[in-house]
Amino acid sequence: MNDYRYDNQTVVGFIASSIVWGVIGILAGIWASIQLWAPELNIPPYFTYGRLRVVHTNILAFGLVLGALMGIFYYITMRLAKTPLAFPKLARVTLYLFNIGIFLGLVTLLGGYTQALEYAEFEWPLDIAVVILWVLFAIVIFGTLLKRKEKQMYISLWYIIATIVTIAVIYIINNLSIPAELFKSYHLFAGVNSANVQWWYGHNAVGSELTMAVLAVFYYFLPKSTGLPIYSHRLSIIAFWSLVFAYLWTGAHHLVYTPLPDWIQTVGIAFTMFLIAPSWGSVVNGYYTIGADWSKMRTNYLTKFFLLGITFYGLQTIQGPTQGLRIVNQLVHYTDWVVGHVHMGAMGWDAMVIVAAIYYIIPKIYKTEIYSVKLANAHFWLVLIGQLIYSITMWISGLQQGVLWKAVNPDGSLQYTFMETVAKIYPYWQIRTVGGIIFTIGMLIFIYNIYMTVRKGKANLATSQA
Amino acid sequence: MAGEIYKRPIIFAIAALIAVSVGTVVTTIYPMFTPQMHPKLENLKPYTPLQLVGRDVYMSEGCHYCHTQTVRPLKTEVMRYGEYSKAGEFAYDHPFLWGSKRTGPDLARIGGKYPDAWHYAHFEDPKQFFADSNMPKYGWLKNHPIDPAQAEARMKALGFPYTPEDIEALKGKNKLDALVAYMQVLGTAVAKKPQVTGMQAILERKNPLSGDANAIALGKKLYETNCAACHGADGKGGIGPNVVDNIWLDKEGDVTDGFIYFVIAKGTTAGMQINGRVGKGGMPAYDTMFDEEKIWSMTAYIRSLQQK
Repeated sequence: MNDYRYDNQTVVGFIASSIVWGVIGILAGIWASIQLWAPELNIPPYFTYGRLRVVHTNILAFGLVLGALMGIFYYITMRLAKTPLAFPKLARVTLYLFNIGIFLGLVTLLGGYTQALEYAEFEWPLDIAVVILWVLFAIVIFGTLLKRKEKQMYISLWYIIATIVTIAVIYIINNLSIPAELFKSYHLFAGVNSANVQWWYGHNAVGSELTMAVLAVFYYFLPKSTGLPIYSHRLSIIAFWSLVFAYLWTGAHHLVYTPLPDWIQTVGIAFTMFLIAPSWGSVVNGYYTIGADWSKMRTNYLTKFFLLGITFYGLQTIQGPTQGLRIVNQLVHYTDWVVGHVHMGAMGWDAMVIVAAIYYIIPKIYKTEIYSVKLANAHFWLVLIGQLIYSITMWISGLQQGVLWKAVNPDGSLQYTFMETVAKIYPYWQIRTVGGIIFTIGMLIFIYNIYMTVRKGKANLATSQA
Repeated sequence: MAGEIYKRPIIFAIAALIAVSVGTVVTTIYPMFTPQMHPKLENLKPYTPLQLVGRDVYMSEGCHYCHTQTVRPLKTEVMRYGEYSKAGEFAYDHPFLWGSKRTGPDLARIGGKYPDAWHYAHFEDPKQFFADSNMPKYGWLKNHPIDPAQAEARMKALGFPYTPEDIEALKGKNKLDALVAYMQVLGTAVAKKPQVTGMQAILERKNPLSGDANAIALGKKLYETNCAACHGADGKGGIGPNVVDNIWLDKEGDVTDGFIYFVIAKGTTAGMQINGRVGKGGMPAYDTMFDEEKIWSMTAYIRSLQQK
């Protein structure tokens, strides 16, 4: 057995915190989804759709996903470096700072303090806190890497390093603003330029946090939990560098047909198409890894989380570039289609892989087995079905919106008023809420299972010490 | 050898930084220094303090999550919303508020489309105008007074010009006033040019569906969902003028069926001349929404209301 005094407390702290934020973020999402078809559930000033939506996106992206990832990255880095964290106290500080930051984020967003830039809504004092947090996090990770006992850095570490670097670059540049008051600032950039910087950030926030970072998790835990080695090392090298290089060119596909100069849109679209290659590099690697022994799907309950996760990643990275094409974009942009796309990635790929990692980590840390594989399987099916109901419903409604907006009468006048196009969408929005609730039930079962595993582990530990 | 990089974390980080910087520089940093990213229309003015406060309310309340502010150069979009958006319209927008989702309609051309009174009433209760609307009510904003000192500080931060009178005028105003002022300036840097070519002949026409019971029934239905909120269920007016009293565009005397058709189809842009009458603005054009049959049916219904 390895006998490094790994700092598991911080890892568990991050995972537990991320779960708490996750519950808040998901409930905000369900509430907002109901408000879309039952507007009387808007309770001003704090709980209107306009404020809950931003709580939903930020608290899930930063509270749930980033929190879980920071914990998981500490876990992975210690083990791949075969050494404890370089600065365990500093790592603990990052945990506290993270929670204070997310809490203040939640409160200020509900209070209507926002930069009004998607996924960069936190006002400037919080941005400064986030940058400090990120620098401290980087110090712990790089400090640990520099004193590592394993010479070669495994694929996951490449993605961790790339995530740290990319988030630092995009977060700092897009959050440059003119402060007017404490908690009120204006984007340093204006108009078209503001749009270009924001969507370069917006797309790469997703590209680094929800793609590169989750690939780090995937490449570590897939072989760990199945015992199967990654299919091709060379493929992962090619996929890594082309992904990291190409991602930063693509933000303008969010601005197709806007007044942004055409050449930036076209370059963005072209690189978006190119991104299919490195994305599918990882998909192929994942499939061939599991394909070396399909019986793992039966014998190891975690395998299916990874398989479905990488499947949705594959679908996501085909669908995304397709949406970027002008001919498709003019139909689906601004509709529910894009909402379905985002949620397939978030609920199908990110959530699947991250929960699988947590299922692996928690029993390891508490030196026990998972409390219930049956419950884990129930969780899997519920989140899968919930996500499919959610995203497929949104694709149908999105296409319908796109078509209704364009429909014309024989004499050339528009066939539907905007209100008529909204009224037709209500049933889909209701079904979407149902999908979200099914997904949430799955996540609650997951939380219960993890909680019981921790309890079991602690009980075992107490008996062995007695 | 290249394999060395996987053994050196700092060098690896630098390599990753270079990899992400190329696209960043080409698509984001370089364009900042080109004039095409900083265009400004001649008619574009910086926001007044009241409009700026309104814009801040718009951001605080997350209006941009449901409403876009950019009309794409697509045929049906221009028909629905108006002239497509120009890069030079946004020079004072810190940040841009183009949005990413249209749960509600685009607002890039909302300025001047309706009178202020329409906006106040609509914010108070959107369902009065659109029975199926899912927009939250925002009447509560009127209970939040504007802080003139705060507004002044924000104008200074952005370097927008203002006079002490502008700041003085904010006293007693509330956030709903500000939001309405912001709505009314949106998209106004591009002049509205109603497409009225070929409309002159219509002015002389008699309603082909005049007195037709089916047409009146259809007209009634359309009137109730689209007109009644402003002109009253009985046609006696409200936010918009009375349509049964024989005063048209502030001038007494009967008008042709074609005149009524014209106003429904093209709305009343301020200063627009129709048969010796002058528009004041406030009535949106409905010809992109309704075909000829529907507009003649509404005309027939209005005539039937007049006879009651």
